[in-house]
Amino acid sequence: MSKLKNAKLILENGKEFVGKSFGFPGSVAGEVVFNTAMTGYPESLTDPSYKGQILVSTYPLIGNYGVPKTEFENNMPKFFESDRIQIAGLVISDYSFVYSHWNAEKSLADWLVENKVPAIFDVDTRALTKILRESGCMLGKIVIDDEDVAWYDPNKENLVDLVSTNEKVVYGNGSNRIMLVDCGVKNNIIRCLLKHNTTVIRVPWNYDFTKDEYDGLFISNGPGDPSMCKETVTHLKTAIEGDKPIFGICLGSQLLGLASGATTYKLKYGHRSHNQPAREVGTNRCFITSQNHGFAVDHSKLTGDWEPYFINLNDDTCEGIKHKVKPIFATQFHPEACGGPTDTEFLFEKFIKLVEENKK
Amino acid sequence: MKDVKKVLLLGSGALKIGQAGEFDYSGSQALKAMREEGISTVLINPNIATIQTSDGIADKVYFLPITPYFVEEIIKKEQPDGILLAFGGQTALNCGTQLYLSGTLAKYGVKVLGTSVEAIMITEDRDLFVKKLNEIDAKTPSSQAVESIEDALQVANRLGFPIMVRSAYALGGLGSGISTNEKEFVDLCENALAYSKQILVEESLKGWKEIEFEVIRDANDHCFTVVPMENVDPLGIHTGESIVISPIVTLTKEQIAMLQEISIKVVRHIGIVGECNIQFAFNAQTNDYRIIEINARLSRSSALASKASGYPLAFVAAKLALGYTLDQIGEMGTPNSAYVPPSVDYIIAKIPRWDLTKFVGVDREIGSSMKSVGEIMSIGKSFEEIMQKGLRMIGQGMHGFVGNNDLEFDDLDKELSHPTDLRIFAIAKALENGYTPERIEELTKIDVYFIKCLKNIVDYTKVLSSYNKIEDLPADVIKEAKRLGFSDFQIARYVENPTGNMEKEQLRVRDVRKKFNILPAVRRINTIASEHPELTNYLYMTYGETEHSISYAYKNDKSIVVLGSGAYRIGSSVEFDWCSVNAIQTARKFGYKSIMINYNPETVSTDYDMCDRLYFDELSFERVLDVIDLEIPKGVIVSVGGQIPNNLAMKLHRQNVPILGTSPVSIDRAENRNKFSAMLDQLGIDQPRWEALTSYDEIDKFIDEVGFPVLIRPSYVLSGAAMNVCYDKEQMHTFLGAAAKVSKEYPVVVSKFMQNAKEIEFDAVAKNGEIIEYGISEHIEFAGVHSGDATLVFPAQNIYVATARRIKQISKKIAQELNISGPFNIQFLAKNNDVKVIECNLRASRSFPFVSKVLKRNFIETATKIMLGEFVEKPDSAVFDVDHVGVKASQFSFARLHRADPILGVDMSSTGEVGCLGTDFNDALLASLYSVGFHKPEKGVLVSSGDSKGKVDLLDSCKLLQEKGLKIYATEGTQKFLAENGVKATTVSWPDETAAEDITTLMQEHTIDLVINIPKNQTRRELTNGYKIRRAAIDHNIPLLTNARLASAFLQAACSKEMSDIQIKSWQEYIIK
Repeated sequence: MSKLKNAKLILENGKEFVGKSFGFPGSVAGEVVFNTAMTGYPESLTDPSYKGQILVSTYPLIGNYGVPKTEFENNMPKFFESDRIQIAGLVISDYSFVYSHWNAEKSLADWLVENKVPAIFDVDTRALTKILRESGCMLGKIVIDDEDVAWYDPNKENLVDLVSTNEKVVYGNGSNRIMLVDCGVKNNIIRCLLKHNTTVIRVPWNYDFTKDEYDGLFISNGPGDPSMCKETVTHLKTAIEGDKPIFGICLGSQLLGLASGATTYKLKYGHRSHNQPAREVGTNRCFITSQNHGFAVDHSKLTGDWEPYFINLNDDTCEGIKHKVKPIFATQFHPEACGGPTDTEFLFEKFIKLVEENKK
Repeated sequence: MKDVKKVLLLGSGALKIGQAGEFDYSGSQALKAMREEGISTVLINPNIATIQTSDGIADKVYFLPITPYFVEEIIKKEQPDGILLAFGGQTALNCGTQLYLSGTLAKYGVKVLGTSVEAIMITEDRDLFVKKLNEIDAKTPSSQAVESIEDALQVANRLGFPIMVRSAYALGGLGSGISTNEKEFVDLCENALAYSKQILVEESLKGWKEIEFEVIRDANDHCFTVVPMENVDPLGIHTGESIVISPIVTLTKEQIAMLQEISIKVVRHIGIVGECNIQFAFNAQTNDYRIIEINARLSRSSALASKASGYPLAFVAAKLALGYTLDQIGEMGTPNSAYVPPSVDYIIAKIPRWDLTKFVGVDREIGSSMKSVGEIMSIGKSFEEIMQKGLRMIGQGMHGFVGNNDLEFDDLDKELSHPTDLRIFAIAKALENGYTPERIEELTKIDVYFIKCLKNIVDYTKVLSSYNKIEDLPADVIKEAKRLGFSDFQIARYVENPTGNMEKEQLRVRDVRKKFNILPAVRRINTIASEHPELTNYLYMTYGETEHSISYAYKNDKSIVVLGSGAYRIGSSVEFDWCSVNAIQTARKFGYKSIMINYNPETVSTDYDMCDRLYFDELSFERVLDVIDLEIPKGVIVSVGGQIPNNLAMKLHRQNVPILGTSPVSIDRAENRNKFSAMLDQLGIDQPRWEALTSYDEIDKFIDEVGFPVLIRPSYVLSGAAMNVCYDKEQMHTFLGAAAKVSKEYPVVVSKFMQNAKEIEFDAVAKNGEIIEYGISEHIEFAGVHSGDATLVFPAQNIYVATARRIKQISKKIAQELNISGPFNIQFLAKNNDVKVIECNLRASRSFPFVSKVLKRNFIETATKIMLGEFVEKPDSAVFDVDHVGVKASQFSFARLHRADPILGVDMSSTGEVGCLGTDFNDALLASLYSVGFHKPEKGVLVSSGDSKGKVDLLDSCKLLQEKGLKIYATEGTQKFLAENGVKATTVSWPDETAAEDITTLMQEHTIDLVINIPKNQTRRELTNGYKIRRAAIDHNIPLLTNARLASAFLQAACSKEMSDIQIKSWQEYIIK
């Protein structure tokens, strides 16, 4: 135990949490957010939506099944959401130095060191979460061995540009050609699309797809403030004038909202968990959804042909929007749900069905 | 469902292995949910010690057997619109299914609420189950249902050994097991076929992981899984026998998600409405799985899941049964939607509690059939912490995973590979002896992750041992010890290894800790990991936190701490939960902040809406002091939770903790044999002669004076029974030699044992030494049968007026002398108006709920009021005179305890009880015995009546049987005696003879439907023969009576009354005043 370096989490409001370092031994700054999921740390850590954020996990046992081998399938790492750890830093209560799983290749600590991501354990995450919940998400930094770093606000930066692909990449060779605008897409979204006879053309967030040939348009999830993605919104405004089916997830839903003329705002402490209940508006169908977002569409500001698709059962926030006539819809939650409940995976089927009908 | 106005709920009856207190919790929750909807409720449950059968839960309560006959009669009378079958365990489900199949429910227009009977039958009938699951390609173990040994053998040969055998429609895996060869297989099949006409022969998945989920679904097809659970023990060990943790820790997200998806798919396909449990066998290497079982009802696991997450599964399931959908239900006690699977920020462990030492001859190996009698749940942040905490909670003198003296294993490899109730401690020993985690994994098939965590504990003992003085321990060493779940006691033991009870050393560790400010923090369970504002008062303690989740800034002068009863075990069960709940509720009623400490997930006292603050944590000296340091309550109640709190009284008193009610000094005077005896002498009260002796010579000398038989109670027991009655020298030496130490350090208490004496119980409540309320009940059996096993009659029907007067006088004197304020119980022996005191407990006794309900006067409420200093009036003595009779009968679980001798003795062996009311004694006796599995004999009765006294006792009953035209079979001696007295009986041979009518065959063929075997306690041959008869009766599911007095009472009643003579009268109807 004694060889572990001392580490501190310092919050913007001056509050400090002392713990021990178990990741990369360098200090880092970012926005501190919490997640209440009980499983899936390899997936969360590689989710591009967490870019620039220091992640607090409320579940106490982390590291217990190690880190899986890096295997590739369809040109994507099989067990991760992207090709690297995306979070800026990790804060947990109890690190499991012991790990066991037949598919584990290394410990979480080794993986964090390799990816140069600092991590701190032995923190009272319950008290920390309470602060974030009451005061809202705030900036923070993990300071190792008193090596201070400057504050950093990721929301002031175009994070999407940092995580989006630099070039066009094509996956699969199905008959439905899906244009996927990558704002920080989770691999599992691509996996879900590929299950439905598709060719997925992944393009950078600011790529002008409006002149390209495709059967359906997909706008991905991603990190940060949607208002940073001005080019994407501009392209979307053109796209929604057309009649091609469009499906957006998470940030994609917010961007579609902005393109429709609605506004977005920052939630106090966001939704980051696997157990958010959402109701399909106008029905008595409810779903358990997986979510990871800090911003939301203001559904009271939806205009004209747009209406809310889903709303959150707990706080009535917008969980999706749709066009009243055209085959366009988006969800704030993650129907691909990696890892989380798979209640809403049918939305992919719905999208592809719309694409196929539209082609006829 | 607006058309439902009145609902019938079937309870689960007496507690038995496989079906315990968890159904009191689920039934109570369901009744609460109905009441909230304004629906009138009728409850059938003969388990009189439950909360659900208390005032204000159901509108009408019937203390009658949960059998199709009685339920139909009650339906006829009450005309309910709907029936709830999912809240009373397998008992309710089986009874409901029978009523449905016979058309009874349709006949009276009673709707089954929640999951349909068709769906229930799919989950219960193996063939239907497999067929249904095959429709959606969900995998089940290769298995075939057969009805004969020949068919079974054929399937076994096709699948190849090892093979699993189970019986269909049986709770808790009754009559099931794994066989590795043909001989074992045939034995198993024979046994299983005795319980059910259909048995299942299946591929054995021994060594796979066992994973469970609770699944919730509403009529609108909303469906999700709650609380993923992982068995630490591999498949092959019944989940009721396994250490279970939640959430799952050794599987990846993809693996868990895969199983969750299958669960949802299956539950939707079967059409469950409400709640169910699904169990998987899972091979983590290959991702291969089998669905082992679905319980289409609330279960032990669902009770655990509710407590583990704070999600009120039973309450929600009841609402869903009424037709609500999940999005329409608010999570109880919060404004949040119930449509949220809880996300937790802690982990829990469930650990079973066994009491195998209470049974003579029982097989101690654990396996696919359940033997544990209770369980605990521990909450914390690391696996190490919850295991150490949990193993202390189990309450068998263990101090955690390590630091337990006197544990020796002859063959560690065998202990690890053939698990017994002590396997977890064998793992500790193996780690101490240098076994590698991988080697232990190989032997136990327990995931190496868990073993490595346990190794952290063992490794840390070396760090602690490197210090020699408690005061030398540095802060970070203590902090880490606490993170690993070490108690102050364990720390003291590893640092200084002192002898004695270590109270002083333990307190020194506490002082050092306090100096360093290393204190446990209180955390609230709010089901969503602190994401939403705290709304419940469901708490536990852990280390390494910077703040408490709740505020302690309030006036403490109006708060009361009640210490609960811990794990259910033989001798302490739901009755103490009833007492605890009534105490907290009374305190609440009088405006006190009521604070409960208990850790048993099967109880109502651990429902967080029962009190103002629930500490779901240890009832150890250390943890209780932790709570008291924070709460600074007005006082602590130690007299309603049985022996655990009672034993803490003196220690707490020494730390100046205010104990409410009777002074701990008095408690000590009653508990300490020497002090109590001296007090009785001084008061001129008679007691059986006894002495504490330290050598065989002394024992012999004492027996020369008083004569045999004697009751022997060693203070140190190696294995087996803690006490025994010995009739001769040989028996005494065998008992003492095999089981106990006799020395200065460990004296043996020997008392004169009185034969043919009546045992009488005096339950009462006193105020400043004056008795306020009391009840006198008598045992049907003579002294020698433990009071917890005996059949109790209240009010006592057959004692002399003079005896009753003498008992009251003695009790008055004792109450005065000890200045009792609160509940107490005295046990008496009476013979020819000669009355002796055998025991006195200054706490509530097992019979408090029984006596309270028969009188419909809540003794615990009165006792609590007295302890709180509230006003109580001494009632008119006429209230103790009632026009009805209550009989409390015991439930035994010998069927689950392979090879155990189903004989009653001075040590308790029953696992539960019922209490029924009647207008006369016979009524009440029949209702209660029918409730614990007896039925009226209709074919033949086997009588082997023991010594001449037993023969005489049973003669009249045998004559009655003859009059009723029943065939009597008797062993040779008994037959001769009966013939001489004009009763015709067919002679049957003893098991070791090979004459004409062979006992075992008659039982196998069920030609006999009642066995009366009165053990003689004499020659070895009679003992073994008797054992074989008794065991065969149990193994063939034939009612067995081993006590002549009870047998004759039963036969007299059964021959004089028809079933239809038993009145269908609710509790409320008996009590109209």
